[in-house]
Amino acid sequence: MMTEERTNGYKSGSTLEKVLATGHFAVTGELGPPQGADPEEVIHKAKLLTGIVDGVNITDNQTAVARMSSIASGVLAMREGLEPVVQMTCRDRNRIAIQADLLGAYALGMRNLLCLTGDHQSFGNHPTSKNVHDLDSVQLIRMVKDMRDDGVFQCGDAIKAGKPCFFIGAAANPFGDPFDFRPYRLAKKIAAGVDFIQTQLIYDIPRFREYMKRVVDMGLHEKVYIMAGVGPLKSVGMTRYMRDKVPGMIVRDEYVDRMSAAADGIPEDDKKARRDARRQEGIKICIEQIQELREIEGVAGVHIMAVEWEAAVKPIVEGAGLLPRPEVE
Amino acid sequence: MIVGEQKPLAEIMDLLGQAQKVLVAGCGTCVTVCFAGGEKEVGILASAMRMKSKLDGHSLEVDEITVQRQCEWEYIDPLKERLGEYDVVLSLACGIGVQAMNERFPETIAVPGLNTTFLGLPEEQGIWEERCQACGDCVLGLTAGICPIARCSKQLLNGPCGGSQDNVCEVDPDIPCAWQLIWDRAMALGRLDELLEIQPPKNWERSRDGGPRKIVREDLLLAEEEAE
Repeated sequence: MMTEERTNGYKSGSTLEKVLATGHFAVTGELGPPQGADPEEVIHKAKLLTGIVDGVNITDNQTAVARMSSIASGVLAMREGLEPVVQMTCRDRNRIAIQADLLGAYALGMRNLLCLTGDHQSFGNHPTSKNVHDLDSVQLIRMVKDMRDDGVFQCGDAIKAGKPCFFIGAAANPFGDPFDFRPYRLAKKIAAGVDFIQTQLIYDIPRFREYMKRVVDMGLHEKVYIMAGVGPLKSVGMTRYMRDKVPGMIVRDEYVDRMSAAADGIPEDDKKARRDARRQEGIKICIEQIQELREIEGVAGVHIMAVEWEAAVKPIVEGAGLLPRPEVE
Repeated sequence: MIVGEQKPLAEIMDLLGQAQKVLVAGCGTCVTVCFAGGEKEVGILASAMRMKSKLDGHSLEVDEITVQRQCEWEYIDPLKERLGEYDVVLSLACGIGVQAMNERFPETIAVPGLNTTFLGLPEEQGIWEERCQACGDCVLGLTAGICPIARCSKQLLNGPCGGSQDNVCEVDPDIPCAWQLIWDRAMALGRLDELLEIQPPKNWERSRDGGPRKIVREDLLLAEEEAE
């Protein structure tokens, strides 16, 4: 089989897949493409992450704001030595467009794919646009798996010239409601064919622990690699905003308190020192979280979302004792 | 039922253009029930139009009529004789009624006085909410009787997105999360298993696709001589 030769017995042969399959604690990061056509924006962010992470998610018009495409940005990031995890949402494309883009992405060297529902367009800068949602994320996972494993398009027709063999990822939100539905929804994604999961940002470890307990009780952690989502807090305002305003997020008060206390003793007028102290605290919290999450049964890695703060990833990964990243063949 | 709401008076007056004589035509079915285009609303709107035109310095002649159903030939055919006197018919029916008038009476221009908004029900006096998008391939048997096509902002078929929290949708705290409702009801009825099935991609062919949808019931067709 051509595919098996190409992927050497792996599903995709991506670095991320190999790191996880060989039992290493995996690390992924995130890169948001620019609201413009300048490749330097992507290249600059990519340089901050090269050698630090096993793969980097390239967001797909995140928060429904029009940006450089995930696949095009992924090619730019790959040239800098990063392995992209292409994000694909169901909001903007129907099943024809998604399949077309995935064939193209694979042809350009992409090997990891994250299948998402997508943020609603009302949150973005084109709130009057029409959404698609021809598929949902579970259906997208199944379609991509069938393309890889059975060599068929969603309609059942054979793929004629080369199957796209992606390492298939999806998101899970342990903090959304209904809470009791969440492990079952994960089970559905597994049944649909997902290989790895990246969770929503975790700022409530006890609730995540409870979620993982149910996941482990259902045996789901043996069927999928679960990467815990973390992100460094940047300021008190951002922490409060996430606690109070972002749907589907839970932020424990202790994080607000710690971020608040981080600037204690620094004069009010020394704004830069206060800001830096808070950022340092954010990175410190993130490192502690990674160490704590690593001990939870079923957690196979960590996904670090440092939106517009890519420079924070290196000190976090280093501080968590996760450098250098493993070499996999 | 079909739910509609009246267009603003200024927009209605614009639609009438230079007309001198207008017939405001109500419909006695859905739009009567939702207080948008029945006999009573026809009367109120006609009065408002008369006053507005008087204030604007020209006196528009406005007559009123309400038929049982504007979407069926047999109810609108009796209007045929009198339509010749009017420059414009302002229909307070849903979009189906407006089109029926234009289709049946090629010499007449009928313009809409309502925005046809959705298929829904009155949750309580004065509040209507959408319940059906007429997608043509009903999933209610799979979702505890609650429609995710009409009620989920993303029309998801396999469970809630990450934005469901405290029973509401991420898009707006006034929108109940359809999947929370589905979950609660499925659990109350002991029907969890249904929600664990992976629902395949939906057949949208029966929805907005390829021109107007059409149903032909051979068993109901009249023989040619009967139809005459």
